[in-house]
Amino acid sequence: MENLAALVAASINSGTPLLIAALGLLINERAGVLNLGAEGMMLVAAIAGFAVGYHTHSPLLGFVAGAVAGMLMSSLFAWLTLVLATNQVATGLALSIFGAGLSAFMGQSFVGMSLTTRPTAIPYLADLPFVGVALFSHHWIVYFSLLLCAAIIWFLYRTRAGLVLRSIGESPESAHALGYPVRSIRFAALLFGGACCGVAGAYLSLVYTPMWVEGLVAGRGWIALALTTFATWRPARVLLGALLFGSVTILQFHFQAIGIAIPSQILSMLPYVATIVVLVLISRNPDWIRLNMPASLGKPFRPG
Amino acid sequence: MAYFSPLLALALTLFFGALLFLALGKNPLTGLQVFLLEPVKSRAAISELLLKTTPLVLTALGLSVCYRANVWNIGAEGQLIAGGIAAGSTILMFDNGAHLLSGGMVLVLASLAGVVGGALWASITALLRDRFNANEILVSLMLTYIAQLLLMYMVNGPLKDPHGMNFPQSRVFSPEFLLPMLVPGSRLHVGFAVMLVATAVMTVFVYRSFAGYRLTVGGLAPLAARYAGFSSRRALWTSLLISGGFAGIAGAFEVSGPIGQVLPSISPGYGFAAIIVAFVGRLNPIGTIFGGLILSLFYLGGEMAQSRLGLPSAITGLFQGMLLFLLLACDTLINYRLRWVAQPQS
Amino acid sequence: MSDTPLPPRLELSGICKSYPAVVANDHVSLTVAPGEIHAVLGENGAGKSTLMKIIFGAVKPDAGSVRWNGADVHIANPQDARKLGIAMVFQHFSLFDTLTVTENIALGLAADVNMAELAEQIRQTGKNYGLDLEPHRHVHTLSVGERQRVEIVRALLTRPQLLILDEPTSVLTPQAVQKLFVTLRQISAEGCSILYISHKLDEIRELCHSATVMRGGKVTGHCDPAQETAASLSRLMIGAEPEQEAAAKPHAPGELRLQIRQLRLPRAHAFATPLDGISLELFSGEIVGIAGVSGNGQQELLAALSGEDRRCKPGMITLKGKAVGHLGPNARRALGQSLVPEERLGRGAVPEMSLTDNMLLSHQRAPFVVNGMIQFKHAIQAASDIIGRFRVKASGPAALAKSLSGGNLQKFIVGREIVRNPDVFVVAQPTWGVDVGAAAQIHHEIRLLKEAGCAVLVISEELDELFDLCDRLHVIAKGHLSPSISSRDATREQIGLWMSGLWDKDGDQDAARGQANAAGELASA
Repeated sequence: MENLAALVAASINSGTPLLIAALGLLINERAGVLNLGAEGMMLVAAIAGFAVGYHTHSPLLGFVAGAVAGMLMSSLFAWLTLVLATNQVATGLALSIFGAGLSAFMGQSFVGMSLTTRPTAIPYLADLPFVGVALFSHHWIVYFSLLLCAAIIWFLYRTRAGLVLRSIGESPESAHALGYPVRSIRFAALLFGGACCGVAGAYLSLVYTPMWVEGLVAGRGWIALALTTFATWRPARVLLGALLFGSVTILQFHFQAIGIAIPSQILSMLPYVATIVVLVLISRNPDWIRLNMPASLGKPFRPG
Repeated sequence: MAYFSPLLALALTLFFGALLFLALGKNPLTGLQVFLLEPVKSRAAISELLLKTTPLVLTALGLSVCYRANVWNIGAEGQLIAGGIAAGSTILMFDNGAHLLSGGMVLVLASLAGVVGGALWASITALLRDRFNANEILVSLMLTYIAQLLLMYMVNGPLKDPHGMNFPQSRVFSPEFLLPMLVPGSRLHVGFAVMLVATAVMTVFVYRSFAGYRLTVGGLAPLAARYAGFSSRRALWTSLLISGGFAGIAGAFEVSGPIGQVLPSISPGYGFAAIIVAFVGRLNPIGTIFGGLILSLFYLGGEMAQSRLGLPSAITGLFQGMLLFLLLACDTLINYRLRWVAQPQS
Repeated sequence: MSDTPLPPRLELSGICKSYPAVVANDHVSLTVAPGEIHAVLGENGAGKSTLMKIIFGAVKPDAGSVRWNGADVHIANPQDARKLGIAMVFQHFSLFDTLTVTENIALGLAADVNMAELAEQIRQTGKNYGLDLEPHRHVHTLSVGERQRVEIVRALLTRPQLLILDEPTSVLTPQAVQKLFVTLRQISAEGCSILYISHKLDEIRELCHSATVMRGGKVTGHCDPAQETAASLSRLMIGAEPEQEAAAKPHAPGELRLQIRQLRLPRAHAFATPLDGISLELFSGEIVGIAGVSGNGQQELLAALSGEDRRCKPGMITLKGKAVGHLGPNARRALGQSLVPEERLGRGAVPEMSLTDNMLLSHQRAPFVVNGMIQFKHAIQAASDIIGRFRVKASGPAALAKSLSGGNLQKFIVGREIVRNPDVFVVAQPTWGVDVGAAAQIHHEIRLLKEAGCAVLVISEELDELFDLCDRLHVIAKGHLSPSISSRDATREQIGLWMSGLWDKDGDQDAARGQANAAGELASA
């Protein structure tokens, strides 16, 4: 039982960065903008967060640094795609490649260093059997991510601003004709997405693996992108998906721990294979995609 | 005029690079000189430069075809690794002292195995997009991570050198099973010549053949392609198999050339750098040679910067990324439309 | 109660607007009284859209003044226009498919609104003006006519003093047009002025109190349309009488070239129209037309005819006696079919490629392609020939398709298909968005084809065009095809009824009674 509780806790821990990043990307994509630079943003935020956290001994400042780094990267993307109307996919790829280079460069002096972080146990609840360990003894960012999810659901479906955002994703031309500042709103969405990817990246280097190694992010940015599609751009489903992926990632270590005779490298493929499977399942019905995907996703918008 | 943008982007990259050197406390002019000029100062250095362009240009030739057809294969790195594994395994199979086949024959077989390996790896992406409309960007990327882990597995298991003190690597190939050199005494192998021939062939393919025309129309205006009766399914498979095959042979040449064995890492990100090469070359086969030279220079420059100036070698990745960014910014007229969700195949 | 006349609702004086290549508005003046329905009449390219964009605040004029209810105003952006009380219904709707009617309308209103109250308001307004709407339906489930209602209700809820309508009837059947006119008269009677932009002379004469005619950026006249004839309006609009068509030569039906038998096609995706029981015969030496409001299956029928959609059973479509329903576009080209699609840029031609390269879209065999290699000399020559013969204004065969004007590109594409000497020629929307001169030329070429013995099928939304060109007419409605009727015997009213699907399906002789009943069923457009 204890083992199971620890497993659940670990799964939640592992799924949290995916959740936060995917929620940010969801807001981007709901506004019709596709930012493939998620991996690059998470990488840069991870090193920025780690560096600041290490030098200031304050994980909170580390998270702030991560968010800022993410926003700076995404504003670069926003300027290129919204102001210069460059191709969104190519620009996003460029951002990821650039982010990989920048983070490796910045990180070379930090390789192998580590931090200590403490989880925030919720008083009383953390002492409950099973759920105490599984649910209530996490780092405060985990609880924050759940609040973020709820906030986004409220924003998208219950506020006018959310309605406007959704309309821009559906048809920026119509929204523009109605007088809405499409590019400004998309810019804001991109900044929010960047901040989320930044926090997610910082989480990886400050909490999840509290040390700096190359390959820390290991494709989670891409997985988060797949997650948004898998969740059909709905926040509640993103939560479920993140948990699912978190469990898959943890499962491979569990297998290795209980001595199942599959080579560790093959087991490490699990999250990536799972991503492919999930993409295949969700993309099979083109009709369904047409009805659920923000129609303008990835297409450039040039106000006439 | 089409090359104005890449040239401007290059110039700006160097400008920002100079600023970077300044920020790192180095003389910007020295920095640029070490980065750009040292790698071409001697004959040995130039042969290294040309050597590195081989995998870059080979891979980028295939990617150019793919991108022209609007198929966004981002997993060339994985296809390159798959080709390398296939080629390495083939050589190890014959390099056992039995001399079943001559060195030359084995190398040809290994190169073919590389093509097949890369094409097979790419065909997974093609299949999933063809049958299930799965986005090829994400699938090919996931397959890259999987390919890297597969390579790790191979060098820790089936291909491991039994006399290698348990290091994760294969045994070194015997000399007759290594690619012959074009210029004796250098490391520049015949793969370079193959690359030049391939460039010529692809130029004819893209600009003069009807098959190349079909792919280009499919990428520029998919509805017009359907009107003309061009099968988008055929375009998908053709472009992915071609680019997978090219990446695969690049991997084969790396393994049977400069590396000479199978290691846990057989590519410092050539598959990703090739994406930039393709863009810098405007998806034009001749242009990819130009792009290949630049990115090869960046690789060597990074090594120089590390040994001469004590800077992190990751500076290469930084320059690569900057170049791509600046290229996109300079060239806001890029018309290649990249679709996120595949249209159902006709 | 006062006797002083009200100031004009809107007064434009000397409006000028130039773009690099063209003078869009050249000292345009226009006056609209309160409660007046004022037409702005002109051909494509006359400058109407630019003028409306200026009134609506989307574009700033280079010179001239705007007065609103007697006072000078400066309309800097659409929000200013809205504050003044100007509302516009565009030709291309600003709607969001996956949102509901209520959400769509809410987005068009300035302030944050209570959704439940808004839904009720929508229902009420709809009832008051004959524009019934269900607030909770998603827009993608609505027909084009219903979508227009959403746009109009959205405009009405802003309580406008001026309502601008841009080509509102291009998506309506003749009966639905009448219904719209009733609504518009009610709105104008309540004091709201209406600016009605159109090129349809009959409608303007029927509905509008006054008209301003534009040509080439200038105003060519102000008039009372009811006092004018179609001929005089046409003279103001295009500077000439409408062309007197040569009397259609009577023809004896030749051999059967194209036959469609009970074509059934389920929808290819969620937003498509299924086809059912479509039957049609096309003989050599005749022009047959298919009329219908867009969205009734034309695109799906075209895809089946071109071979882009190959799901039909082979025998459902026969070309010169051969079953082709399952064959692709090139097999049909080989049998002598040429097709001009509805969309020029993106489907009929690749915008970023030269005219030479665009030849190869439908010329794929020798001498253009030999052994898999392109013979450029032939393609260049062929493109030049087309440019010359069809008087295409282009810098040469190397000109990019996107650099040509709509009319010239259409001439090139039509020419490209005609030079294949087809036995069957299918064309969709041949003169949509094309200037008058090019349109006349295209019609002329189509008639020449017919005289040469080709079998021609024209699919169009413009009834005028179909009545002009065609010997026989069908109507397509909701995926079904009517029987054919000679264009001489058909009336617009009857075609209009058929557009709502109300043709004689079972050979019932009581057609008159059926049509009278149908008159009451005009709710759905």
